[in-house]
Amino acid sequence: MDISRTLNLIARHRVGAVIACLLVFPLVMPYEALAINILIFGLYAVGFNLLFGYTGMLSFGHAAFLGVGSYLCGIAIVSGGWPWWAAIAAGVAASAAVGVVIGYLAIRTRGIYFSMVTLALGQIVYYAFYKAERWTGGENGLRGIRVETIQLLGWQLNFVDPLTKYYVILAFVAAALWLVSRILNSPFGAVIEAIRENEKRTAACGYDVARAKLLVFVLSAAICGLAGALRALHLSIVPIDSLHYLQSGQAVMMCLLGGMGSFFGPFIGAAVFLYLEDVATSFTSHWMAVVGLIFMVFVLFFPRGIWGSLMHGLKRHGLGKEAAS
Amino acid sequence: MSSGTPILEVENVTQRFGNFVALNQVSVAFQPGKLTAIIGPNGAGKSTFFNVLSGAFAPTSGRVRFQGRDITGLAQHEFARIGIAKSFQITNVFKQLSAHENVRVAAQMREARFELLRPRASLRSLIDKADHLLERVGLAALRDKTAADLAHGQQRALEIAMALASDPVLLLMDEPTAGMSPEETTVMMGLISALAAERTLVLVEHKMKLVMGLCERLIVLHHGEFLAEGTPDEIRNNAHVRRVYLGEG
Repeated sequence: MDISRTLNLIARHRVGAVIACLLVFPLVMPYEALAINILIFGLYAVGFNLLFGYTGMLSFGHAAFLGVGSYLCGIAIVSGGWPWWAAIAAGVAASAAVGVVIGYLAIRTRGIYFSMVTLALGQIVYYAFYKAERWTGGENGLRGIRVETIQLLGWQLNFVDPLTKYYVILAFVAAALWLVSRILNSPFGAVIEAIRENEKRTAACGYDVARAKLLVFVLSAAICGLAGALRALHLSIVPIDSLHYLQSGQAVMMCLLGGMGSFFGPFIGAAVFLYLEDVATSFTSHWMAVVGLIFMVFVLFFPRGIWGSLMHGLKRHGLGKEAAS
Repeated sequence: MSSGTPILEVENVTQRFGNFVALNQVSVAFQPGKLTAIIGPNGAGKSTFFNVLSGAFAPTSGRVRFQGRDITGLAQHEFARIGIAKSFQITNVFKQLSAHENVRVAAQMREARFELLRPRASLRSLIDKADHLLERVGLAALRDKTAADLAHGQQRALEIAMALASDPVLLLMDEPTAGMSPEETTVMMGLISALAAERTLVLVEHKMKLVMGLCERLIVLHHGEFLAEGTPDEIRNNAHVRRVYLGEG
């Protein structure tokens, strides 16, 4: 069948497929800022999914990594006067460092206890940044992250122009997606899936489960930190809400909506979630009720999410075997 | 007793769970190249003993030595690396992965544990090794099937292929025929005797009849204590053992 061949082709070149979609994406969106938002939160959900969908560890504290990435990138620019690329690196490094600490403490627990420990530690990060007003602006958030032009290989790019901004951010997102795809395809990617399936068996096979979990936790934190750093550049401010646990919950919703444990799922989830939010807010202030209702329909009737259900349906008809993963 | 250094040696092992003594001062030595079974009636401490041997937990007191090296309290993942593999009593496979991927992941342990950027598909020898092992346990035709969709006996066979994938010197099996149909049991016993020709094998078994014709040595536990050791004939004629098994009915 032709559909089958196309799907398997997409699966084999999944990074290319996502990038191709994202290249034309802003042209079909109502406005560029929404497209940029989807780009950033898509990456956030992909980072989260590495831990949740592929390793089977449900963190309720991932806002900490998005927020720390944003704040440290912002602080590096506002207080440190660093160039934008060094500020992004600072955000990613800080998130990874916080990931080492939170991960080290949380991976000792499993299941619901892991979720609760990450939630609690995430809240500690929230209050720490809330109180450190001198650096973070406290309740008002961090303001004044001005990046107007970006020098890239001798080019002067106007970062205020939304479409240019979109493509600059896309370059980072594309690189991160390539890295995630590479990791998922690697021997280590097989180990984390084995951990999700059966931890005891993975250890009996000779794998140090605690070390693998910590490594994937830090990788996940770093990718979410990159999403955060890009968001700081996009918004020019860092709202304190970035660190709020509702933001952690959003990553869970996006993954479930799109389909956890799949490469395309989180991005689709982020796009649908933010698009719905955008449409719903235009006619009701109770947009969370609309999104919540749709979310409940998915959890109850399509637990595999949009991409997962689609692939499952096609597979039942003997199509697109490779594309499901 | 046979001569030579034992491959696995258990010395005065005691295991307590709260006030309950599951194993009491058990000392046993396993000779290399032999197929040994640990038997005993229900509650004899066989499973606890298996867990101590295979590193699921460290004993309350006593030592375990492998090829002369003290391995008491060694981390679970180290066991496979030094050459001790196990198959569980309750089937433990990676349910959502294909049969082939289950074995391939297990085989990968020796070559690539923390490689993040090399594609899995480039490790061609592991793919072939997994295929070879699937063929060995009779699952070659089911290579692409999801493990969860395999029959119970097939999942047990898959587990054995996974255990073999780490090239173990010593293979430990906890009730390998538990829950199997008579046909599946026959196939499994054939596989066990074939495997025993290549390496040291220790199995824990509840059904005494089953191991009598299969094993070279038997160790009998009763109420957490060492009761007897010997060839099947010696065990069959041992007055203590007869009393324990007949007493149980």
